Amino acid sequence: MKRLPVIEMNGITKSFPGVVANKDVHFRVYPGEIHALLGENGAGKSTLMSILAGLYRPNSGTIKVKGEKLDFSSPRKALAAGIGMIYQHFRLINKFSVADNIILGAHNALKMNKKQIEKETLEFAKSFGFDINPAARVYQLSLGEQQKIEIIKMLYRGCDILIMDEPTTVLTPHEVQDLFKTLRFMADQGKAVVLITHKLHEVMEFADYVTVLRHGKVVGSKRIEDVDETILARMMVAREVIFNESSHPLMTGDTILELNNVSIFGDQGYLAVQDVDLDVKNGEIVAIAGVAGNGQRELVEAIAGLRKLHTGTIRLADQVINDFNIRQRLEQGINVVPEDRMGMGLVPNLNLLDNIILRTYYLKKYRDRMFIDYKLIRQEAEMMVENYNIFLSDINHPINYMSGGNLQKLLLAREISQQPRVLVAAYPSRGLDIAAAESIFHILLQERDKGTGILLILEDLEDIFRYADRVAVMYAGGIQKILHVVETNIDEIGALMLGAEYERKTS
Amino acid sequence: MIKAKMIKRQYRSLSVDIGVPVFSILLAFVVSGAFLYFSGFDPGETFLRMFKGAFGSSYAIAETIVKAIPLMLAGLAVSLAFRMKLWNIGAEGQLYMGAFAASWVALTCGHLSSWLLLLLMFLAGFLGGAVWGFIPGFLRGYWQVNETIVTLMLNYVAISWVGYLVFGPWKDPASKGFPLTPRFSDAAYLPTFGDSRVHLGLLIAIVIALIFYLVLRYSRWGYEIKVIGESQNAARYAGMNVARNIVLVMIISGGIAGITGMIEVSGITHRLQQDISPGYGFSAVIVAWLARLHPFSIILVAFLFGALLVGGFGVQTFGIPYSIVLMLEGSILFFLLAGEFLLRYKIVLVRKEVQ
Amino acid sequence: MDNIVIAALLTAAIVAGTPILFAALGELLAERSGILNLGVEGMMLVGAVVGFIFTIKTGNHWYGFLAAMISGGMTALIHAFISITLKGNQVVSGLALTIFGTGTSGFLGKAYQGLPTSDPVTAIAIPFLSDIPILGRIFFNHDPLVYIGFILAIIFWLVMYRTKWGLNIRAVGENPAAADAVGISVSRVRYFCTIIGGMMAGLGGAYLSLVYAPSWQENMTAGRGWIAVALVIFALWNPLWAIAGSYLFGAVEAMTFGLQIVGIKISPFFLQMLPYLFTILVLVIVTIKMRQDAGAPSALSVAYDREER
Repeated sequence: MKRLPVIEMNGITKSFPGVVANKDVHFRVYPGEIHALLGENGAGKSTLMSILAGLYRPNSGTIKVKGEKLDFSSPRKALAAGIGMIYQHFRLINKFSVADNIILGAHNALKMNKKQIEKETLEFAKSFGFDINPAARVYQLSLGEQQKIEIIKMLYRGCDILIMDEPTTVLTPHEVQDLFKTLRFMADQGKAVVLITHKLHEVMEFADYVTVLRHGKVVGSKRIEDVDETILARMMVAREVIFNESSHPLMTGDTILELNNVSIFGDQGYLAVQDVDLDVKNGEIVAIAGVAGNGQRELVEAIAGLRKLHTGTIRLADQVINDFNIRQRLEQGINVVPEDRMGMGLVPNLNLLDNIILRTYYLKKYRDRMFIDYKLIRQEAEMMVENYNIFLSDINHPINYMSGGNLQKLLLAREISQQPRVLVAAYPSRGLDIAAAESIFHILLQERDKGTGILLILEDLEDIFRYADRVAVMYAGGIQKILHVVETNIDEIGALMLGAEYERKTS
Repeated sequence: MIKAKMIKRQYRSLSVDIGVPVFSILLAFVVSGAFLYFSGFDPGETFLRMFKGAFGSSYAIAETIVKAIPLMLAGLAVSLAFRMKLWNIGAEGQLYMGAFAASWVALTCGHLSSWLLLLLMFLAGFLGGAVWGFIPGFLRGYWQVNETIVTLMLNYVAISWVGYLVFGPWKDPASKGFPLTPRFSDAAYLPTFGDSRVHLGLLIAIVIALIFYLVLRYSRWGYEIKVIGESQNAARYAGMNVARNIVLVMIISGGIAGITGMIEVSGITHRLQQDISPGYGFSAVIVAWLARLHPFSIILVAFLFGALLVGGFGVQTFGIPYSIVLMLEGSILFFLLAGEFLLRYKIVLVRKEVQ
Repeated sequence: MDNIVIAALLTAAIVAGTPILFAALGELLAERSGILNLGVEGMMLVGAVVGFIFTIKTGNHWYGFLAAMISGGMTALIHAFISITLKGNQVVSGLALTIFGTGTSGFLGKAYQGLPTSDPVTAIAIPFLSDIPILGRIFFNHDPLVYIGFILAIIFWLVMYRTKWGLNIRAVGENPAAADAVGISVSRVRYFCTIIGGMMAGLGGAYLSLVYAPSWQENMTAGRGWIAVALVIFALWNPLWAIAGSYLFGAVEAMTFGLQIVGIKISPFFLQMLPYLFTILVLVIVTIKMRQDAGAPSALSVAYDREER
């Protein structure tokens, strides 16, 4: 008997201004299976599932739920069709209690009796093996506990299809086991679970089926029995990994940036970075590898001067700079290209000139009596545009229309023009197409050859092996290992990124 | 089936930028005109009388300017705060505090020479408003307290304070019980142009507009304001001190509103009284918004607003109630707000698949 | 002697506080759903004049109150359309509404300025309760709208905290994306709350022209709309606190007359400041303490756009 897929997406294409997120995607999920949707950041997984959840409308393609063609024009329709999506950023009302969040929009009776609702939700949760405190306010809960509430919410609405977007990012290993026990339980009852993830290890351990996306297109759909981590990694990344293309003898100099015993608090009250030792030498590129969310952002902010250290020291050459603010560090030669291009590194509504002087507007050289010497800035801007091949239509227009690649070039150009001693860039090629990414790395390599020490936060394993000299793997706030790139391989780094041990095969 | 869909605009052409507001205003006049017609008035005649009342003679134009001056100054004052996304709707209160402070100087130092007295009054006016702006500024900058609410509340505290003074300790014994202070000495009168009531405040407003333009566009501090208003994250990344700038901007914003109060008591009323402002502080918010915060546009829009007010006074002598003016003002605003929508979104007709 | 004064004061406080209570309850509802409506003053004036005119024309003040509510709701609809569908600037729209309402009411009421009401509202003494010594006279011998106001506040509280409608409203005001995700129509809830808010403001205004004064005067609200806005914050968006707060603010108003009679030398103007100063104080304390479950609805005055990336 042929099984009917519970979800069938055919020919889905979705584009946003400037980027094609999904291209002609075919995706099928059957009841009773845990289906992993695998791909790197920016591969199009979240977009595809957001379409299924009724948040976005596809430009073309059709969706069938339980055999019936449906038009998903709103989250409500998707929910009514039995599709429950749990996002990375939870859709919970922080001020409300757990019970209220669970029954929101799903409570039939007009009157609400607090005690009764609390009892009801407590028992409902218990029936799925969840232990909750229905009266607690959501803002009091940890992220892992909040996620449980999201799942219970969906179950309460009788969802047959559960989509989870990177669910294990905020869970402890124990909680991960719990989660998959629950998911397996639900799958056995005939529900379908879609797991959006980039963690190979989890896919292999918990999924029944996997579909790999790369750059918005489907690379392949396979049963778990037919693949292993290596095959999946290749599918995700595609090209054969070439070692250190820019091979010329490494002429690294003295240590220019040094972190010792660094611990940093995150926004949620726990330590995002724990006891990290790291160093960058002149003329080398050190890459920090790791899944986003393991402390990289906080580390970069601390190096930049936007976040205080809890313990430890940061040294620039031999000088301890713990107490230097961001401007002082800039003046000492630390330049940071932040992860959030449009929200922090640049101001999208301002024009090119205003963005170029973002960090340096106060300098004496730009002072023309009481005003800013825009003439001088314009000259420097024109030079930058030419040297770095930045494409823009009008120097006076706000820069928000510029492409991702050009914006990143602008950011780098600006920071490099300060002649930094240390250049830190977080996810410099994120969201860029291949050509743009290559030009970015070309710029970084040039800078390295000048003798600058460069620290990059990278997520693409391939980029690490192509461009970095050393790699430090970050996991759960700590540095697992620091290795010379030539002495390691993609599997070892991949394993370390997931917190796993890696047995080095002795040949 | 064809459905209309809203899509955010990427950029807007000049024709849209100007065309939509102009069309909105025209629409407002049409609708108000229809309302007038159905109420038994002749819309054409009404609008003509309003126009004449505002521009029909040199006296009329002078009056228009007189009404426009406080709108210019207060509009400039709030526009500064708005640039940093600080919603200062307390200009009315800051105006009253400035008027109070300037009046105090005028009443106690009335014997001084005119230039010295006016200078002191000017400074006092600034200081009065600045203090009133400092309070919400500090609360917002350092404690993240919502400035919209605080500035709104402080309005009425200031108005009550002035009410207390003019009904109480500062009341003119010779005023037969009316809530007024004694008339200021001649030295406290702001000089006027010729025979008209147009006073030096006009010059002050234009000078401040000029200073704003230069500072905001070309100076370092203006740049900081620009960046903080657009993105506080980027401002921090740039090493700017966001909290201190918030306080500074609110001080200056309040201070200029305070100057507005000073010129009203010094140039128009020549005494402190209960109703020195018919809501200039609130109208200023609207003037600034309409003018998209550009200093020179504020001067122009304030002038047009003044025309609307004076024209409205003019039609009263013909039996048309002044409240028409307020209705017209309200309608213009509504249509402009509605028009704003078309500036940010464009309506696209989408063909939906028939199932 | 003093007892009588205090009793009179409390009675006056309740009467003075009732129109503010109506308007505040309405604004509270709108703000709970995330819409800031600074046009309360304008809506109250429209309600006052429309209510008065209808009473004169029909000879029955209940028709007047009904008409006032409908007119208030209609003016609020303008603000709702601009704020919700067109996602416009709510501060400017509210101020425009105040100006428009002031003008419209002045225009409509021209011919009725200073006329007495044609159907005075008489006090209703609640049987038994009004016979309680002292308290009976203060609390249970009022015009019917005082009782309606009190009861409405309790109903609002019940709806807000004990029904799923109230849960939905609060959800929309806190996190519209979360509400949208579970199928609640954000714009429908906001329209509903804003329009009811207008109806309540209209009712409050009509109370002034039909009971409190009772007559129509241009601009007769004299800033009560702004006091209502302050009251919402002072009451921390809780209808029960709004009852206490409205009578408190009403007491302040009553005292401005009362104190002069008794000979106490505090200027009434200082009393007038009190509601506003109290409100600032409450706001500062709540904000600093950052109590996560008190404070303004998180999405207040922010327009909701689903595809905002």
